[in-house]
Amino acid sequence: MRILLSLLAGSLFGGGLFVSGMTDTTKVQGWLDVFGNWDPTLAFVMGGAIIPMFFAWRLTEGRKPLVGGAFPDLPRPELDHRLITGSVLFGMGWGLAGLCPGPAVASLTYNGVEGLLFMAAMLTGMGVAPVIGRNLDRIATTA
Amino acid sequence: MAAGRDRAAADRKPGDRTERARRRTNARTLQGNLNFMETDWIWGLVGGMLIGTGGAVYLLGNGRIMGASGIIGGLVDGSGWTTAWERIAFLIGVVVMPLILWPLYNVGIDTHMTKDVWVIVTAGLLVGVGTRIANGCTSGHGVCGISRLSLRGIVATVFYILAGGLMLVLFRHVLEVV
Repeated sequence: MRILLSLLAGSLFGGGLFVSGMTDTTKVQGWLDVFGNWDPTLAFVMGGAIIPMFFAWRLTEGRKPLVGGAFPDLPRPELDHRLITGSVLFGMGWGLAGLCPGPAVASLTYNGVEGLLFMAAMLTGMGVAPVIGRNLDRIATTA
Repeated sequence: MAAGRDRAAADRKPGDRTERARRRTNARTLQGNLNFMETDWIWGLVGGMLIGTGGAVYLLGNGRIMGASGIIGGLVDGSGWTTAWERIAFLIGVVVMPLILWPLYNVGIDTHMTKDVWVIVTAGLLVGVGTRIANGCTSGHGVCGISRLSLRGIVATVFYILAGGLMLVLFRHVLEVV
């Protein structure tokens, strides 16, 4: 059941990324490039995605997930140095290539060697992230 | 005639006054209305709703937050190996669905991906490290976080959009490399 629901969720996610044009790096960079030929599509995608999710969060109240267990709690503290540093680093990469993790996976079959190279670099980054994170924690505690 | 038009297109700078005028004229003509560009926002909205529905299934069904970086990252660093099959099934759906939709979509798909190896490698590393340190990306913090009115999601989204925007100012408009 868990596996089937995951497959369904992934299919909707991948289909949505494909249909919305978010695997086209010019649309992503076009949204970020306020001083160029600004493309508002990403705002419609975000807005469209937030609507069903907003109702989904409402439905979690007083209920349990279909397969059992519990819904995730908000992490505490809400804001920390990792959230800010990580988001800035991610945003820099996102702006440079116009790809974030979701579309990088969705476009894997039609993004050529460049897409595979990006995926390899991203997976490497994810592999070394725990070490970098621990060093950032050390800097944050001494600063 | 066609060559002249191509040259005119090449000379056109983004955000140029004539470019905006052309778009306005296009929007008023039948050809403009049939133009794929003009319907981009509708496809964006439809695709967005599909993404959000996927997130809703993952949340209400499995009790998990649909974040692409978390789902992949947990497989890379070993922190999510206990739920490996669930993650793999999700990723299979993400990869396969575009292939199923492809024949229905008679518009050629071009990802316009940069060919610059250094840009690709640097960007990939930054995205990988950044999303794991921030514990989320556009789907986790952006879609799932904002819809929950989570301060973390909203703050993360503001920071990655600002960082991305600054990179385009620097690398597109100042250094002109992307």
